Amino acid sequence: MSKIPAYYGFWYHLGSWLLKTSSWLVLLFLIMPILVIIPLSFNVEPFFSFTEGMLTFQPEAYSLRWYSAIFSDDKWLLAIKNSFLIGFFATLLATVLGTCAAVGLARDDMPMRRLITALLLSPMIVPLIITAAGMFFFYSDLGLAGNYLGVIIAHAALGTPFVIITVTATLTGFDYSLARAAINLGATPLRVFFDIIMPLIRPGVISGALFAFITSFDEVVVILFMAGPQQRTIPRQMFSGLREQINPSILAIATLLILMSIVLLITIELLRRRATRMRGIEQIE
Amino acid sequence: MSTLTRTEASQASSARNKKRLTAFLFVVPLLIFILLSFVAPIASMLWRSVHHPTVATLIPLTLSELQRWDGKTVPDQQTLNVFAQELHSLAKVRESGKLAEEINRASAGMSSVVKSTARKISRLDSQQLAQQGGEILLKSHRKWSRPDIWFAIQRAGKPYTYDYYLTALDLELDQEHGIQVREDTQIYLQLYSKTLSMALVITIFCALLGYPLAYYLARLPENRANLLLVLVLLPFWTSLLVRTTAWIALLQTNGVINSFLLGIGVISQPFEMLYTSFATVVAMTHILLPFMILPLYSVMRGIDPSYLRAALSLGARPIPAFARIYFPMTLPGLSAGALLVFIISVGYYITPALVGGTDGQMISNIIAFHMQRSNNWELAAALGSLLLALILLLYWLYDRFVGASNIKLG
Repeated sequence: MSKIPAYYGFWYHLGSWLLKTSSWLVLLFLIMPILVIIPLSFNVEPFFSFTEGMLTFQPEAYSLRWYSAIFSDDKWLLAIKNSFLIGFFATLLATVLGTCAAVGLARDDMPMRRLITALLLSPMIVPLIITAAGMFFFYSDLGLAGNYLGVIIAHAALGTPFVIITVTATLTGFDYSLARAAINLGATPLRVFFDIIMPLIRPGVISGALFAFITSFDEVVVILFMAGPQQRTIPRQMFSGLREQINPSILAIATLLILMSIVLLITIELLRRRATRMRGIEQIE
Repeated sequence: MSTLTRTEASQASSARNKKRLTAFLFVVPLLIFILLSFVAPIASMLWRSVHHPTVATLIPLTLSELQRWDGKTVPDQQTLNVFAQELHSLAKVRESGKLAEEINRASAGMSSVVKSTARKISRLDSQQLAQQGGEILLKSHRKWSRPDIWFAIQRAGKPYTYDYYLTALDLELDQEHGIQVREDTQIYLQLYSKTLSMALVITIFCALLGYPLAYYLARLPENRANLLLVLVLLPFWTSLLVRTTAWIALLQTNGVINSFLLGIGVISQPFEMLYTSFATVVAMTHILLPFMILPLYSVMRGIDPSYLRAALSLGARPIPAFARIYFPMTLPGLSAGALLVFIISVGYYITPALVGGTDGQMISNIIAFHMQRSNNWELAAALGSLLLALILLLYWLYDRFVGASNIKLG
């Protein structure tokens, strides 16, 4: 702050001090609830708050009992398996369909682009309760409620908008003369897609896939309405845990999920940097 | 410049059409998938809110008899006899409960009347009912002699109905006065206005907390700002259930905040914070704040700081300079963030359901209630359709002013 010119007066200094303080308070508000969970998950007592022993750092006040409770409970194990299984297939479906559509939407000669984009992005905007209610009626009639296929299709539909957004972002400024050059040199359209377009949009595809995965992994409303007891996922298990018997095993699984989101955040950031590097031409302009 | 010949023009146009078709073909698979897996379910829900043939299939003969009815007195003996017979056969196949529930929706308090009458009638044989069904009916409960009950049955028997929308808007159709405001229970309009005002409060909080932070971050050197942005992005990437759990742990009666305040002696009695609308607002502000900060930050990054410096060096006082130079330039980011936060919070379900108690419930929660508890799926569909119309209006505004494809992720 040493570079502040002399014509900035006392009020300016006071203002920037206030700005700095309030910004840090907001950052604290954002991060503190998440950080509080982590130590609480090691609580030896079945409470959601810090005990005397925890505050005075006595080792016997901490334990891993809630973690071992999760990994010895069949319900939690099934939920963990389901979350990854449903997430994986929903992501696969969403990524393939979404990438393909984004390539089409990014072309200049796409008819009715605005309308179709708005339609394809709408699963992100329509409240989940409406989606879930509609799907419950419709999928039940088709025999898709209460089984994996129905949940996977539903989650794939919810994930595609994110794939479209991220892939479209990597395609803006895409140099189509590269594709035309490949065609002139005799490449088949399929080869052009996989050898020319795909390497350039790969960061967008991967981050879109991660978004689609996290959407499925975090989704609970559709599961509440459509899934049977065999398709219970981690958030579904947490939801009923928070409603019925609150115990710190929820905090333990929450801590594991926080670790997972840190890994995801780092991955996305690395991908973003790679994408910016690969589109280096655009930055010179 | 020479003009194109007819052949050249048609070639160009067919080449263009071919290109358009190629582009469209890329989109077709997803378009079909979304239409079948997402649009069709919602359309079927809209259909369900106006099409409800249950009563029409349960008592078809009574309904056709009622067509002759003048609507002012008790229906004639023949109609009553037919109804008694139909109720009898429904009771035999244990379907009379369904009818009771349906009539109860049209006229509250009728459920027990229909059920008890059905019990009485099911012991008699249908020959007897064909002769004296009407008398037995009138004797079994005095409500059967009220014309408004028959009016309600007649309305419930229409396969196409806008009654659920009337209920969802706290209106009712009175036999004499037409459509009027419901007198006894006015819940839904109040709930809509509560939902909207809570969403507005959350949006305002997000703007008040997000604006200074985004401004602060935008003025930092880029690598330092990126480091601090991690603190914004980590909550954004953390599971919704985890963040809701965190607020339960913080706000509980014997939770972290109360223990802390009791421990340092500021309060002697723990606050009741969880299961209130306060809890809903705080938790949702926390959850949606990144949606406000990220678009604001990206707009503010793009604003050249020399504009503000120029205004200040030309003698403008800091506050007017900020209000007249800088703030207008950040409006695109602010409106994008605010609309997004508002849209998401209007339809929120999970967090109010877990931390809101009865006080902090929103419209989504009552839809879930009608889906899961009261099994009034048609009313749930009507309430959902109204919510959907509201959201689509907001989405249209968003698309118009911000552009749907400009939604930023992280």
